[in-house]
Amino acid sequence: MTRSPGGPAEQAERTKPAIRMAGIDKFFGPVRANRAATLEVMPGEIHALVGENGAGKSTLMRILGGLMKPNAGTLEVNGRDVTGWSTNDAIAAGIGVVHQHFMLVPTLTVAENIVLGDEPVKNGMFDYARAVGEVEALSRETGLAVSADRKVSELSVGEAQRVEIVKTLFRGAKILVLDEPTAVLSPPEVKELWAVLRRLRDAGGTIVLITHRLDEVMDLSDTITVMRAGETIARLQTSTTSPAEIARAMVGREVSLMSRQGEALGVASHPEAPTTAEAHATAGYSAALEVKDLVVIGPRETRAIDGITFAVQPGEIFGIAGVEGNGQTELIEAIAGLRKPESGQIRIAGHDVTASDVAGRRTAGLSHIPEDRHRRGLILDYSIADNLLLGLQDKFASKGRLDSDRIEQNSKAQIESFDIRPPAAELPARALSGGNQQKVVIAREMGHDFTVLLASQPTRGVDVGAIEFIHERLRQARAENKAVLLVSAELNEVLALADRVAVMYRGRFATVIPAAQASEEVLGEYMIGTRTESAA
Amino acid sequence: MNPFTFLTQMLRIAIPYLFAASGGVIAERAGIISLALEGFMLTGAFTATLGAYYTGSVWMGVLCGILGGLVIGLIHAVATIRFRADQVVIGIAINLLVIGVTRFFLKLAFDSSSNSPRISGFTARQGAFGFDNPLLWMGLLTAPVLAFLLYRTRFGLRVRAVGEHPEAAASVGIRVKAVQYAAVALSGILAALGGVYLALDQHQFTDQMTAGRGFIAVAAVIFGRWDPVRAGLACMLFAAAETLQIQLQGNQIVASQFIEMIPYLLTIIALAGVVGRAVPPAALGKTGQ
Amino acid sequence: MTSRFREQLEEALFPPVVALFVALICGDILIMSYGQSPAHVYGLLLEGTWGNAYGFGQVIYKTTTLTFTGLAVSLGIRAGLFNVGAESQLAAGGFLAAIAGLLLSPVIPGVIAIPLCMLAAALGGGIVGGIPGFLRVKFGAHEVIVTIMLNFVILALLNWIVATRLHVPETLHTPEIHAGSIPRLDEFISAFHGSAANLTIIVAILAAVAVWFFLFRTRYGYELRAVGLQPDAAEYGGVNVGRVWFGALTLSGAIAGLGGINYVLGYKHYYEDGFAGGSGFLGIAVALVGRNHPLGVILAALFFATLSQGGLAIHAVVPKQMVEVLQGVVILAVAMSVPEVRRALQQARKPARA
Repeated sequence: MTRSPGGPAEQAERTKPAIRMAGIDKFFGPVRANRAATLEVMPGEIHALVGENGAGKSTLMRILGGLMKPNAGTLEVNGRDVTGWSTNDAIAAGIGVVHQHFMLVPTLTVAENIVLGDEPVKNGMFDYARAVGEVEALSRETGLAVSADRKVSELSVGEAQRVEIVKTLFRGAKILVLDEPTAVLSPPEVKELWAVLRRLRDAGGTIVLITHRLDEVMDLSDTITVMRAGETIARLQTSTTSPAEIARAMVGREVSLMSRQGEALGVASHPEAPTTAEAHATAGYSAALEVKDLVVIGPRETRAIDGITFAVQPGEIFGIAGVEGNGQTELIEAIAGLRKPESGQIRIAGHDVTASDVAGRRTAGLSHIPEDRHRRGLILDYSIADNLLLGLQDKFASKGRLDSDRIEQNSKAQIESFDIRPPAAELPARALSGGNQQKVVIAREMGHDFTVLLASQPTRGVDVGAIEFIHERLRQARAENKAVLLVSAELNEVLALADRVAVMYRGRFATVIPAAQASEEVLGEYMIGTRTESAA
Repeated sequence: MNPFTFLTQMLRIAIPYLFAASGGVIAERAGIISLALEGFMLTGAFTATLGAYYTGSVWMGVLCGILGGLVIGLIHAVATIRFRADQVVIGIAINLLVIGVTRFFLKLAFDSSSNSPRISGFTARQGAFGFDNPLLWMGLLTAPVLAFLLYRTRFGLRVRAVGEHPEAAASVGIRVKAVQYAAVALSGILAALGGVYLALDQHQFTDQMTAGRGFIAVAAVIFGRWDPVRAGLACMLFAAAETLQIQLQGNQIVASQFIEMIPYLLTIIALAGVVGRAVPPAALGKTGQ
Repeated sequence: MTSRFREQLEEALFPPVVALFVALICGDILIMSYGQSPAHVYGLLLEGTWGNAYGFGQVIYKTTTLTFTGLAVSLGIRAGLFNVGAESQLAAGGFLAAIAGLLLSPVIPGVIAIPLCMLAAALGGGIVGGIPGFLRVKFGAHEVIVTIMLNFVILALLNWIVATRLHVPETLHTPEIHAGSIPRLDEFISAFHGSAANLTIIVAILAAVAVWFFLFRTRYGYELRAVGLQPDAAEYGGVNVGRVWFGALTLSGAIAGLGGINYVLGYKHYYEDGFAGGSGFLGIAVALVGRNHPLGVILAALFFATLSQGGLAIHAVVPKQMVEVLQGVVILAVAMSVPEVRRALQQARKPARA
């Protein structure tokens, strides 16, 4: 990561930040996406903006790109105060944003997409030939290979991304913002992108890279800004920091809540949880949940799950750590029956459920706390009482007719035992806070008999009080000899609860180790992919 | 059956479809579902009749028809773009509304429940077989001109972008709603011209004279996979079937009702993807989302 | 009244009230353009519909058909689907009811014959509704266009069958049925003498109650509504979304088809080409104004039936076509105000956060 020094005048010029954001507040209704956030990017550097989902990085970049106005704070670009500007202003000032979900029209060609909004004309007609020519020229100039005349729908992901970059350069972008650019790229495409970004930087461009992949951060960036819960936590120089320090800044919460208090509180736990191999050896009957050679194909024909085998014992919490986007969602959905795997086997309490549908798996003893309660877990317009039936409606009906007495009893009992507020069974789920919504889901999923519980991001968007409550419930399930498969992007949550910890990286388990041996430092390296072992 | 009379009759039947289907194509390519073509056509027929009757000039009739189409198109646009009302409901509502309004003013202006007094059309010389009607030529040219507009102009490019991926269009500074307003207004005008042709050709306005042609146009749009020229060819195909049925009236090998069904059956088949899928513009119908 | 119920009521009632207001204003303008006084005309309208027994009987008759088509469309919407085919489903139902009525022997008592004909009607509508359902599930074909196109196909088919094979000479209707006639109301209440109102209104009300019960008191209705609100959550809840779609459109078609008995069994006692007369499309308006709730559908059906009959009553003074204009205005106004009202109310309300 070398930088051409330049003379004194250039160095003086360079001390003016290309981007300076200070005290940025942004609200969406009651939700605070950015809280006094700051960002300082020097010209000619690759700057990584790091943080988990919901940390506020995308919101900050949308404000920079003119898609939104901040509620408070200032934005300066190249020394000029441009707070609250529009997308057109931003584009004119040389800011180019490459979004995570491509802003390309699939049915139009590359050239058409690139010149859209700024099309060349001849005699009142759109001059397509000239558009193609200009795009090809730019492509040669920048070394970014794109086929100007092909439809975007026919391109590979890597190519489509290059088109997005060329699109910004076509409008004269000098500051490039890329939002999670490698989320959908294969390793060779990632290397290509790196080369492109370095070239652009060396040619005098400034690059802001939004990512949660720490290996990318270490490889590529000059400076790092870490965000968490809408705030800017740290600004680090890549050359002087470590993955562990970054990871700690990214995920750290008040440690008091998240430490391994389980033991301190005297809750029964399994001091010597067996490793995978041992589990296979000892369990004659078999585990509560068994997954064998699971392969799931993801978008664009990549393998979201690349052959995973593991088992979860009754009376165990098996935690899957890892940065989001490494296949956790697909794994849980495949086990729950919401996604069809390419191959592999799934057994619950010895029964082969690979061919069963969602309802069949529930009958076999599966409960599922989904990661997206707003999309899957709850029907927002249904009342609390009705939501407590979702997935269980056949149990509350006789001959098709819903038993309103039992439903009422059920809601009363669940609301009380899970402390759902406000305690009004008729209220639509939409009206509850995030924590209480999650409690409804958990009351439903844990409030009846089950063998295996899938808990996916169980405390996401939940207030502190409810988090502890939910963790208590999960520990209780373990004490009652249930099997719990916990997936969480919050490393501390996994460390606090799990008996065994697996780290998921690019569709496989990078490692599976007993909790006693796990720590942030150890797991961090597996999470960012700098360490792998052949894991079962 | 004389091939020449077949052709001229076929064209006469096809012209209203060509106008209306072109209107449907431009609106749907911009992402707005176009089920009000029937109402647009009827509006054009009525306003053209009013214009021609009260001024005695055919071209004034045409102008009034265009204005009527513009107004009704804008009503559709405001309801669906500004108010984000369900586009299917609005389409059906406009059809019902126009039937009622035309009937009401038919009674008010001409004191009749069924037809207006006679108006002059473009005078038909016997030897010309309808080819001296400028609207016929306009109708024939609509599809290629629209194709040109859609594929060779900046506006057309933006329409296509907006109908497939409005966020992408917005991200480069295109005013999505403005493009949609323009497309729907244009669709109103084009479909109305179909009605204008009908009224001037029959020299009067009759209650519900469009008789479902607007829906044949919808079928043509879908069967033609939202491409102007293909939709135009679909219109010709449907018109040919209709002409065939008329000419074969006496010796019915196949009953007329089954010929009637052809456009609709073909569309259902196209949607079911039996002969290749008919894929609409990706953002069609999504203003409410 | 719980606050949630009040919220739901607000969101449901505002659009129709707004639409009514807009319609009144338009009505005033149209009436005055004819040089008449709105008060006088509205008075005539009410007198001709609710003010005399014959008129009210006609209102009851029209309400009946509209209730069936409104229920049919609203059921589809509850499942997230748009059934624009009620017109042909209604016709097909009426046709099969007439066929049943012709095939059954006159000695069969009404108690058996009528339900059999009703079954035939529901079957007819159900088949026509099942086709778009099947195409949607199997091929992803959008039901809006399929039902619109199928309308034309089915109506043409029925026209052909009757015109070529089954019609009484000089007419476009089938011979009179031998069994399955439903008695007119004027057989019980002589005041209704001459009006088409018949006992089918009771079937319509029962159907509305049944739909209400189905939607809100059974597990299948729970699943259907879930699919309409959040298909992803329904899938998570173990519901087979495709099966629900197919079932919903078939059931919707069956209800619309059942409506055919009003004309065929209760009024003319034969099937006539074109008897549906736009009631299928108006069913969409009824569902919309009735906010897709069975009780609302009945009230909306009453409203549109009153308008329709009222048009005839005022015809001497103002053309009855005015009523058709008002119909269109009401639909437009309700459709435009629904999203607007929802947004305004959501902004005004602060969600309760514990």
